[in-house]
Amino acid sequence: MKLTGAEILCETLTRLGVKHIFGYPGGAILPVYDALGKSKLHHILVRHEQGATHMADGYARATGGVGVAMATSGPGATNMVTGIATAMLDSSPVVCITGQVSSKLLGSDAFQEVDITGITMPITKHNVVISKVEDIARTVREAFIIANSGRPGPVLVDITKDAQQASAEFDWEASAPRLPVKRQRNNHDQEEFDRAVELLNSAKRPLILAGRGIMLSGAMRTFEQFVHTSDIPVAMTLLGIGCFPASDPLNLGMMGMHGEAWVNNAIQEADLLIAVGMRFDDRVTGDLRVYARNAKKIHIEVDRAEINKNVKVDAAIIGDAGETLAALLPHIHERDHSEWMTHITSSKGDSAVRDIQSLPDSGHLYAAHVINDLWKVTAGNAIVVTDVGQHQMWEAQYYHHNAPRTLITSGGLGTMGFALPAAIGAKMARPDAEVWVVVGDGGFQMTMCELATIVQEKINIKIAIINNGYLGMVRQWQEFFYDKRYVATPLVAPNFAALANSFGIHGETVTTRKDVVPTIETARKSDQTVLIDFRVEQEDSVYPMVAAGAALNDMIRRPNNPLVETATEP
Amino acid sequence: MQTIVAYVQNKPGVLNRVASLTRRLAINIDSLTVGPTENVEIARMTICAHTDERGATRLEASLEKLVDVLLAENISDRPMLERDLALIKVAADQQNRPHLMELIKVFRGRVVDVAPESLIVEVSGTVDKIDGLLEVLRPFGVLEMARTGRIAMTRGNDLLRPPAETPAPEATAK
Ligand SMILES: Cc1ncc(C[n+]2csc(CCOP(=O)(O)OP(=O)(O)O)c2C)c(N)n1
Repeated sequence: MKLTGAEILCETLTRLGVKHIFGYPGGAILPVYDALGKSKLHHILVRHEQGATHMADGYARATGGVGVAMATSGPGATNMVTGIATAMLDSSPVVCITGQVSSKLLGSDAFQEVDITGITMPITKHNVVISKVEDIARTVREAFIIANSGRPGPVLVDITKDAQQASAEFDWEASAPRLPVKRQRNNHDQEEFDRAVELLNSAKRPLILAGRGIMLSGAMRTFEQFVHTSDIPVAMTLLGIGCFPASDPLNLGMMGMHGEAWVNNAIQEADLLIAVGMRFDDRVTGDLRVYARNAKKIHIEVDRAEINKNVKVDAAIIGDAGETLAALLPHIHERDHSEWMTHITSSKGDSAVRDIQSLPDSGHLYAAHVINDLWKVTAGNAIVVTDVGQHQMWEAQYYHHNAPRTLITSGGLGTMGFALPAAIGAKMARPDAEVWVVVGDGGFQMTMCELATIVQEKINIKIAIINNGYLGMVRQWQEFFYDKRYVATPLVAPNFAALANSFGIHGETVTTRKDVVPTIETARKSDQTVLIDFRVEQEDSVYPMVAAGAALNDMIRRPNNPLVETATEP
Repeated sequence: MQTIVAYVQNKPGVLNRVASLTRRLAINIDSLTVGPTENVEIARMTICAHTDERGATRLEASLEKLVDVLLAENISDRPMLERDLALIKVAADQQNRPHLMELIKVFRGRVVDVAPESLIVEVSGTVDKIDGLLEVLRPFGVLEMARTGRIAMTRGNDLLRPPAETPAPEATAK
């Protein structure tokens, strides 16, 4: 059967199980759009190509499948760069397809020609230019395998316009992937394995550091079994949240820069750390020279390049998290670490006293109240997609996730503007799920154009803007480290509810605590998107905080009294 | 200095990827050589990098993550041969030419071109040996020099071959 390159692409995507493509057309990709119109693929027209990549990313994170984004050459492709880097840093399987000028014009600075494979080389797992129609099917199939195997990541496929237009025989068998034959390393090192077992069975104050790798490996069950057999408490990275139920008594919560005090202190006191599918990012370790100095360290990680990168470990097991934990299970003894656990949780009391939830109701609205109420009303069952900043950290602290893939957030790159588009992607992937966006007034203004996409696609998500009138997290740094010189952080915003209305979206504004729950409840009942503008305390800060580069146990704590109140009177 | 040998797909852009990776890891390269192997589809690289063992391990592991890198191995600690090749154009006149020739002989260099006012020496060997020759030629006036950068090979039975050409198993996207 002879098809054009564009038709071959659509047919290949269809056969690979793709249902949704997030994209934006333009000259160099137009043949593909023409073919898309004749296919069964559902194309979601975004408002900015950055949005397309975040949507594909959100789609991938919500399901574990590959998300697909599409754009034209030149500016379309460069607009994808932030989204691609976001997916790269968080190991998200995204395939980006870009149009490119015709192969005859390559290198001539043709209209809208840009070397997008050169630009994205360091921020993709792999990228490739296709200039021959015969290569399209095979290369796209390979791209999907690369994106979602091993440690997943984004792959960019740049297809010249002439390759899209030319015709070739379409033969599924003949276009089978032919990835280079690589050396298969035998990663199993019995010595390391035995040492890990020994450390696990003899530790007195062990702690597991759980990361996103557990989710990527689909190892939640095995992990739970491992935790309960060994009776070892679990601290989570931001991206690990959800891989182990928050309701489990052994789940301590998030660690790191804004981790709870008892978690960070436990890490510093532990005699053994078992890192699973995490990479000792500087946001979780603080000053490396004084990081967990009492602890031996075991690292279970699929990516060999992560071993000993930031933290030198005593035993490294390279491999899939689920397989490794399953292999370890028969060797580890049933243990009882209740004494250690009691020690850790004994310091929770102090934190509770400082907790904003426990402070007397002053009538002022705090972000933490909003998020805590959102958690309660949704019974922790929603998919929450956050942006980047204070609200992101409060979400991690106050929304307790019990299921994997229910917190979707940009961790590694910390990309403002991620939330709204990523939530659209998550909703397309999981139409049955209740999806909430938790976003700051700053980040929302970066990609709010996607409200139009929501309307055009008739998508039902709920948007909670945590509106503090500042670029909150940066303001917090200015408060702590720059003597409250608030340079370029006070932020004017439109009336978000009215803005939503202008898009045809229902908008609400909440200024008092008592209105939080009823407004959330009403929004949930609607079968359409609702935006709620929560006007919260302006100069509240996220506590505890480990200053960048400080020791993990050196935390700035919330002053327990009195609270600084700065909100304009409701 | 760490020496890494890599087998890569012999196609455009691969050198760029390898160079881009080392730059991203903030590892300085002293020399990078690449040439075909007996299999035209595969090229062999020798990368000499200014880093410690930990850096080399990370570079090696990161290289292997590139789709087009078939194998990367740090051979710094193994018995191995290293060779660098240089062409050196040195000023020479009637008078000092015999003396020059003597010196070149000591270093087992070869004179491959002679002109009235200069000659070209070809010399191969370890970096130290070539540096040594350079040192003695310098007073005569080194006019031009081209060096290949190191190539390296482990000795004896320690074989470093590209992965066997078995057909890749048909995988499907998850
Ligand atoms: C694209 C991008 N630009 C800048 C930053 C730096 N940054 C991190 S948090 C933050 C403030 C976010 O403000 P807002 O969206 O209002 O959320 P809040 O912190 O107030 O909850 C900024 C500017 C970033 N992470 N991403």
